[in-house]
Amino acid sequence: MPPILEVKGLVKKYGDFTAVKGISFDIQEGEIFSLLGPNGAGKTTTISVLSTLYIPTSGEAVIGGHSVTKEPMAVRSLIGVIPQEIALYDDLTARENLVFWGQMYGLSGKSLNTRIDEVLEQIGLTGKAKQRVKTYSGGMKRRVNIGVGLLHKPRLLFMDEPTVGIDPQSRRAILDSVKELNRQGMTVLYTTHYMEEAAELSDRVGIIDHGELIALGTQAELTKQVGEMETLILHVDESEDPERLAAAIRTLSGVKKADVTDHTVTVIVPEAEEALAPAVTKANELGIKIRSVDMREPNLEAVFLHLTGRALRD
Amino acid sequence: MRKLFLIGLKDLKLAFRDKAALIFMLLAPFLLTLGLGAVTGSFSSGSSSIRDIPVVIVNQDDGQLGNALVELFQSNDLATLVEPTVIDDSAAARQMVDDNEAAAAIIVPAGFADSIIPQQGQTASAEVVQVELYANPTAPTSVSVIKTILDEYINQVEVGRVGGQVAVTGLITSGRIQVQDAAAMGQALGVSQANQAGQSTSITLKNVTPSGEAVKFNMLALLAPGMALMFLMYTTSNGGRSLLTERNQGTLPRLLVSPTTGVQVLGGKVVGIFLTGAAQMLILILSTTLLFQLQWGDPLAVLVLVLAAVFGATGWGMLITAMVKTPGQVSAIGSAIMLTFGILGGTFVNLEAMSDWFRVTAKISPNAWGVDGFTTLALGGTLTDILTPVFALLIMGALLFAVAVFLFNRRGMMKR
Repeated sequence: MPPILEVKGLVKKYGDFTAVKGISFDIQEGEIFSLLGPNGAGKTTTISVLSTLYIPTSGEAVIGGHSVTKEPMAVRSLIGVIPQEIALYDDLTARENLVFWGQMYGLSGKSLNTRIDEVLEQIGLTGKAKQRVKTYSGGMKRRVNIGVGLLHKPRLLFMDEPTVGIDPQSRRAILDSVKELNRQGMTVLYTTHYMEEAAELSDRVGIIDHGELIALGTQAELTKQVGEMETLILHVDESEDPERLAAAIRTLSGVKKADVTDHTVTVIVPEAEEALAPAVTKANELGIKIRSVDMREPNLEAVFLHLTGRALRD
Repeated sequence: MRKLFLIGLKDLKLAFRDKAALIFMLLAPFLLTLGLGAVTGSFSSGSSSIRDIPVVIVNQDDGQLGNALVELFQSNDLATLVEPTVIDDSAAARQMVDDNEAAAAIIVPAGFADSIIPQQGQTASAEVVQVELYANPTAPTSVSVIKTILDEYINQVEVGRVGGQVAVTGLITSGRIQVQDAAAMGQALGVSQANQAGQSTSITLKNVTPSGEAVKFNMLALLAPGMALMFLMYTTSNGGRSLLTERNQGTLPRLLVSPTTGVQVLGGKVVGIFLTGAAQMLILILSTTLLFQLQWGDPLAVLVLVLAAVFGATGWGMLITAMVKTPGQVSAIGSAIMLTFGILGGTFVNLEAMSDWFRVTAKISPNAWGVDGFTTLALGGTLTDILTPVFALLIMGALLFAVAVFLFNRRGMMKR
């Protein structure tokens, strides 16, 4: 069976800046595929090209047998797009928003109303459908934002960082709904900079950085790249200088990498538990106060650090 | 086509749910009209209608047409509307206007009739002698009424002159009269036309009541269109602004990844602005008609003029949007243009008191054409009488759309 999405050598330039540098991947029908990368990695640009909003500088992408450059209208009927920013009309109610967007996808009459009822049920807003969107919480708006993308039952759903800036409860609801949609047969291309989300949702993950796809595979395949390495995460006090601690930890034996993000030092080591005591000792020697400690088995964060030398949230 | 209207209806709904926009669209023009009406005394019981307009007539013409004009202003049908004074001295007449003793002076120069209906044995002069209207700038409404009556009279004379020429030529061609009899026939026709022009029936204002009372011309009928048109410019620039707002809030990109073309989106926005502007104008017209018994004139003609004015104003709204980059810039430029056009359109000043260049410049605004048309209708004009402003507004709108689309394309706003 041919993949529902095939991307070959996709390049997108803005003047002299190249946002996407010749990436290639494909997505099989029924799959959840995540593009994992830090802010500015090229995830949104990639989605924008695939959803026909931007024309690629070079390369090609085919969705359901239709070229995104040559047959954009055919592609648009097959895809649903849930943008990173909430794109709704605040002065319309949730139902009115859904009616309008459904009409833009060619739905009308009874089938539109039935579908809206289903979507409202799905996003848990049936009882509040007649309220104007501007009265909603951020999480509720996100749910309507997702609902709009589901109305016409797309074969391929693009979700661009749908959990940015929302509370944990709404985030959990969105992740569960992605899994449920996938169970119902929908193919999903999900972008995120949260390693945990990619790990929880994805059949396969593409790691993107500076516009390049630097790794691609299942979670197991990717973590193999860092061997059996574990991650030790040290959260230091806000008044402390984590760079001094990272530099000291790099001198310890067995430490593969030590990187700083905000007030956190992420250390890649064969055994996190064994590395903990020497790392804390170094902190004490430097007079740096450690607030808390995490230890993780091999994960995508470690893969990213291994491949780029930087933490995912840099 | 369906999507154009769906996008337009969505914008109409959004516009009428925006409280700030509603204040500018409906409340502000309504209150300002009321305020100006109060200032100008339109609500006082004694001056709710225009009557007894003092006009001084100097008839230096010995012919039929000059006399017909005097008779017209002295006719019973216009007795309560105008209060004519006939004198011989044109300088004194102008002085009366300067001294605010008259709203206008009408000076019929010697040879006026002869320049139109040559006496037997004479030939027509190359140029028609012009009747002079010397207007008092402090009485714009009264001057408008006088000018309308005078225009109607001159139109009748012109129709008669051309009609006479055609008729005489036809009679000669058909052999029913001889060439040597043409001059006598032409004069007879001219006299007949002059008499007809003098009959009040051909110049009767549409809103004269059956009982022959004064024309109930409310001052608000002149103020309200100016205000409505000025704030129509707010609505259209605000509508154009919504295109940039949608781009910023992400709904425009979302539209462009749905099976909707850029042309459909742009067309839908235009439909939305047009519907909103038309709704605004019609609500203002309906409310002032119901609340203040304002006579806007022939309903069909008013509707046609409203749609034409909204079309012209929508063109400006789109052009402003196509020229700037942010919603804030549209607001700033839109407000400036709204006020400028308000002034140019005669909302705050009497255009007839302004210089020629000002009046010519004013024609770039939909306001000037719109006020012109609405004034004509309020004074009893028909759809035929407003064809010039209607076509001017339609041409204005079409030209501005063309420029706006060119600019949109150049900026790639509606393209992927």
